[in-house]
Amino acid sequence: MKKSYKIDVDCANCANKMEEAAKATRGVKDAVVNFMTLKMNVEFEDGEDPKAVMDEVLKNCRKVESDCEIFI
Amino acid sequence: MNKKQKRMLIRIIISAILMIGLGFTDITGVPRFLLYMVPYLIIGYDILIKAVKGIINRQVFDECFLMAVATLGAILLGIIGEGDYTEAIAVMLFYQIGEWFQSYAVGKSRRNISELMDIRPDHANIERDGQLEQVDPDEVETGSIIVVKPGEKVPIDGVVTEGASMLDTAALTGESVPRRVTEGDEIISGCINMSGLLKIRTTKEFGESTVSKILDLVENASSRKSRSEAFISRFARIYTPAVCYSALALAILPPVFRMTVMGLPAMWGDWIYRALTFLVISCPCALVISIPLSFFAGIGGASSQGVLVKGSNYLEALADAAYVVFDKTGTLTKGVFEVSGIHHASLSEAELLELAALAESSSTHPISKSLIRAYGQEPNRSRVTEVTELSGKGVIASVDGRKVACGNDRLMEELGVPYKNCHSMGTIVHVAVDGVYEGHVVISDVMKPDAAETIRRLKAIGIKKTIMLTGDTEAVAASVAKELSIDEYHSGLLPGDKVDMVERLLKEKHGREKLCFVGDGINDAPVLSRADVGIAMGAMGSDAAIEAADIVLMDDDPMKIVKAIRIAKKCIGIVHQNIVFAIGIKLICLLLGALGFANMWLAIFADVGVMVIAVLNAIRALFVKKL
Repeated sequence: MKKSYKIDVDCANCANKMEEAAKATRGVKDAVVNFMTLKMNVEFEDGEDPKAVMDEVLKNCRKVESDCEIFI
Repeated sequence: MNKKQKRMLIRIIISAILMIGLGFTDITGVPRFLLYMVPYLIIGYDILIKAVKGIINRQVFDECFLMAVATLGAILLGIIGEGDYTEAIAVMLFYQIGEWFQSYAVGKSRRNISELMDIRPDHANIERDGQLEQVDPDEVETGSIIVVKPGEKVPIDGVVTEGASMLDTAALTGESVPRRVTEGDEIISGCINMSGLLKIRTTKEFGESTVSKILDLVENASSRKSRSEAFISRFARIYTPAVCYSALALAILPPVFRMTVMGLPAMWGDWIYRALTFLVISCPCALVISIPLSFFAGIGGASSQGVLVKGSNYLEALADAAYVVFDKTGTLTKGVFEVSGIHHASLSEAELLELAALAESSSTHPISKSLIRAYGQEPNRSRVTEVTELSGKGVIASVDGRKVACGNDRLMEELGVPYKNCHSMGTIVHVAVDGVYEGHVVISDVMKPDAAETIRRLKAIGIKKTIMLTGDTEAVAASVAKELSIDEYHSGLLPGDKVDMVERLLKEKHGREKLCFVGDGINDAPVLSRADVGIAMGAMGSDAAIEAADIVLMDDDPMKIVKAIRIAKKCIGIVHQNIVFAIGIKLICLLLGALGFANMWLAIFADVGVMVIAVLNAIRALFVKKL
């Protein structure tokens, strides 16, 4: 399953780091962060609950970039 | 400016005033230190907090950490040295100005680009009990009747059931000439209704309508990353830690070396200063921001011209295009049959056409239809009697009492009328009146007016070879290829043969050269996806084409191909300039910093100045109108 989320982040490098963090989260098959449109497209592993996974993704992203936001 | 940016601007101004003001005082010692800490903390508190958070989260090597270390180090040197804290504040100040500018510029171009693509309709009008009601386009069911008032955007694809109007399609196609629609015409969403009230029966849901598809496509375009972007991401990942360790080595190794081996004084202060300068120069922001921004601007600029690019990678590939393969029908030619010549004897051109159109007026054959279209008015059928249609030959009818025979060679032979053969390409309709040969009408698939100019310009912008593929006969293909001066053509191809042909051509090219295939999206979806870059043209409303192609031209003007390649070349040019410029300046400054020639001020230029210039350069990719 694929979903798209609006995000807020200040710099392009931070967006790259968020992408890395999201990709490394359990339950995420693939993630692409688009800094220019401020969007994160996440592809979930089969059978995962997007809501629970996204909470983890946000937690991991906050670790690499403390003032980022994902509008879940 | 948003709230965040405004707050930052105020912090920048206050801190700058304080810093300059303090420069005129001559307080010394601890009070001086405390006073200088005020502007430093005002401008840099968030950076320091972020740096600490980074360390806690084991994300040590980020920009904030670099800035924190560099400025705290400079302050430390100030404490031991003669108390110069200005440098630390200035570094932080300029860093924040750079960040502010970047955020402002990116926000601005984000808005600019979304304005270019401002085709999202806000509502749809539905008539209920004689009252117009505004509803969300998402809620309109297929087959409903919607009303579009002058000045409104058409929200959903459909067919006009009532009314006539002019449509502004500029946002979709980049075409400034309005298009006329009347009852029965198909209408696509995203156009602006300019003059009359239109009632439209919707044929699709909002989510499936052209406007939704286009928005979806453009908004997701920069998610497909190009090679340059991937390169920069990889580069930044290796670069930051490498620079940090180099700085550490620069601070420790030379002094130790001086002390132990050369027996000179260590000069710790000097080397630590160099290491800090090194850190300030090193921020990868300029690169990391300017490359995606260039692509984003390029894609945005292209869509304003009716060229939709599905990803930065395709823009990159298009810039390397060396071979352009065309499908003939619908791409170089109009794909509709038209009267292309009237060769007449004693009768005038208009008279000959009138007779032919009248004789064929009751036929539904495509040839008859094109004759009637060329005639330009509704034929008066009362003038026509005794119509006999001879299948595969033509028509014999009585027009105003004269016996008119219209048809091919075989009809003339059957009637025993001597006819002239025509050297023109296409279908020939001979006309004989009362057994006397009067001339013939040539009907053919006509060339698009700009086709020849397109080929010429493609050559001019460095395309190595143009190739035409067609299912048509050898004779037609040869004449079209000659007229347009196309380098190579292959005729009599079935759709499957076209794929084989493209694969063969793909094997021929060398190195980075790319092959583009241009088609009208009908029957050529497999070829579109096989080519390096598949370009579909005239795609308004054709789902299959939008699906299969990498680049979609919204109208069917072949000149747009040239434009698309030019936009791609400009965009990639800017990307390369930025990569070379940013890395180049950084490396030079790093070297100067290590050797002790660069002070903190040059370091700030290398960081912030380069970024500002790179961002401004990136935005240039947006301006493509005159290409």
